[in-house]
Amino acid sequence: MVRWILIGVLTIGIAGTAFWGYQEHQEKNAILIQAENTYQRAFHELSYNMDLLNDKIGTTLAMNSKERLSPQMVEIWRLTSQAISDVGQLPLTLLPFNKTEEFLSNIGDFTYRTAVRDLKKDPLTDKETSTLKELYKQSGELKDELRQVQHVVLEENLRWMDVQLALATQEEQSDNTIVDGFKTVEKKVEGYTESNVNSSITGTSSKEHEYQFLKGDKIGKEEALEESKKLFNVKNENNMTVTKSGEGSDIPTYSVSYKNDKKNGYVDISQQGGHPITLLVNRSTNEQKISLNEGLEKAKTYLEQNGFKDMTIFSSNQFSNVGVYSFLYNQDDVRVFSDAIEIKVALDNGDLLGFTARNYFMNHKERDIPKPELSIKEAKNKVNPDVEINEEHMAVIDNDIGEEVLVYEFLGVLGNETYRIFINAMDGTEEKVEKLDGTELNFARRTKEKVPA
Amino acid sequence: MTYKKMFLFIIIICFIVVGLQTSHTPKQVNAFTSQVIQKGAVGDDVIELQARLQYLGFYNGNIDGVFGWGTYWALRNFQYEFGLKVDGLAGLTTRQKLVEASEYDRKYVKEQIKKGKDFTHYGGVDNTKQTTPDKEEKQQNTNNKNNQQGANNNQQTKAEPTAVNVPQGYSQNDIQLMANAVHGESRGESYVGQVAVAAVILNRVESSTFPNTVSGVVFEPRAFTAVADGQIWLTPNEQAKEAVLDAVNGWDPSGNAIYYFNPETATSDWIWSRKQIKKIGKHIFAK
Repeated sequence: MVRWILIGVLTIGIAGTAFWGYQEHQEKNAILIQAENTYQRAFHELSYNMDLLNDKIGTTLAMNSKERLSPQMVEIWRLTSQAISDVGQLPLTLLPFNKTEEFLSNIGDFTYRTAVRDLKKDPLTDKETSTLKELYKQSGELKDELRQVQHVVLEENLRWMDVQLALATQEEQSDNTIVDGFKTVEKKVEGYTESNVNSSITGTSSKEHEYQFLKGDKIGKEEALEESKKLFNVKNENNMTVTKSGEGSDIPTYSVSYKNDKKNGYVDISQQGGHPITLLVNRSTNEQKISLNEGLEKAKTYLEQNGFKDMTIFSSNQFSNVGVYSFLYNQDDVRVFSDAIEIKVALDNGDLLGFTARNYFMNHKERDIPKPELSIKEAKNKVNPDVEINEEHMAVIDNDIGEEVLVYEFLGVLGNETYRIFINAMDGTEEKVEKLDGTELNFARRTKEKVPA
Repeated sequence: MTYKKMFLFIIIICFIVVGLQTSHTPKQVNAFTSQVIQKGAVGDDVIELQARLQYLGFYNGNIDGVFGWGTYWALRNFQYEFGLKVDGLAGLTTRQKLVEASEYDRKYVKEQIKKGKDFTHYGGVDNTKQTTPDKEEKQQNTNNKNNQQGANNNQQTKAEPTAVNVPQGYSQNDIQLMANAVHGESRGESYVGQVAVAAVILNRVESSTFPNTVSGVVFEPRAFTAVADGQIWLTPNEQAKEAVLDAVNGWDPSGNAIYYFNPETATSDWIWSRKQIKKIGKHIFAK
């Protein structure tokens, strides 16, 4: 009798476990499928976009009317960005696929530059036309390769989850068609990028300048420690550690970190000349005692003490009990946007909490600023007449293709919004238009702005 | 006798004058504090500044306690109309002129802000016409919101500013998402280590080999372990948010890195082939 009861209970138990296991399995599958679908969508979209891209570049070559060319370029630009976003959705991070992304990005930059230009006045040069032809050919090959992979995927019902698994486990499954296909694509593109080096596509992404202004002799670890003691406002070096930067660093630096029970400090000091590049101090701030305006005075004093001359305040913002200030280099009343320094001041006691001069050191030099060819009145005429201009400055900014240009900077109001508009002071091009006030739905409240570095 | 009377009289007058002055001074104190209010400021003085500018019809935006562009242009117009130096700073003279020219119904304004209502403060209009009737539900909602923005609190009264400064080009959502990622990825790291992780996310957005949006970078499959294993959905602490804010404001302790990894747990050989910049805490930052 007991035996039968025991068998019954065990049978029910086993059946229950099996049922539970089956349900779990089903759930897991559902999730896997969902993830798989997302990957599949991105992948098929990518193939489609590449095809379309190739098609559009092709039609561009056949076009003659300049009026049509600009919108077409914009369309290509849009497609490249979409294709890049599709690549980003695929689990390829560990598979080197960045050459392809770079290639797409280069097409985007090229078409964008052409699209924003007045093609009537300034038509495509022969060189640009041949670049376009080259791109057409290359994107065609790329498209074919991707279509090939796509075909195999569909034919053999391959799964992206397997790719992910293969990449994650690092076991070289030599027969993974997708991985191999993408490797082939990447190999192909590697060749393209090299052959395009001398054409006009490269050097489009904003130019990184060369830290020319880092003057002075090389310093050693000891001097770096001395310097950071001053910066952290401490006497002994018990709680400090110094490390040297590795070979990937833009410029050789010493990193000094400091820690006691009240605050953490961290500073990067250039080995060349011992200039502080980035400084951060972390501590809890108490109730606000000084105003944003007084904090600004502290920040200015700090700049002067550290030998930064001719810096003008560009923006100030209060976040909790901290004031964040942005300064621009000012050369004969021309504000140089790339030479920026940011400073953070605690509004409880006026201590310096942060400082970053990376942009300043990277870009700063004495510039030959030419005389503007347009008068301010002529420049104003280039601005949308609906914008009411309230403030004007001269400035040097980096334009879309990463060149420094002399501009008139106008701050104006249209409706309830504030805009910053840059008009080239030499030829009157509208270089940049920025809206300076954001409205957000999330907190159903107005949010305010801060201006970028 | 008469001298004594005269003397008494003078003394009494003196007292009255002194009394008048002392009773007069608190009125002044009642208005702005002595700070120079400039663009970007947050707090009670800004609320008063906006309310007074609105009373005179210069300011049409929300009275939210954040000195943004709208307030800036309103203040400049005020300075222009009243023959003051046009600098967009509410210094002593400007504040005095403003106090003389306008009225400020502190109680009304504070109450509206506390209740989280849409309201205005124009001169010559009945207050009851400038606000919406009470609603319990709405009030609670906004109170919650105010709590979320508690970081903004720097005043003794409960009527906090209803907006926050956000860096140009970023929404609070972007910052929140990044804070989530930073918290999930580098909970145990030092503050600088967290700023560096946030900076890497931003450097990737800038880089042409990564997606061009914050969410694109964060959700790129297999890019961040915290996204893959769900740790991204842990509630971030204030420190993570501050770290993100610093990174967005231009601090980059990573030295322009676009990769980082923990050498103890990194499984990919490929990551070791990147050029290393530095090590902060457990993470190695690389190009």
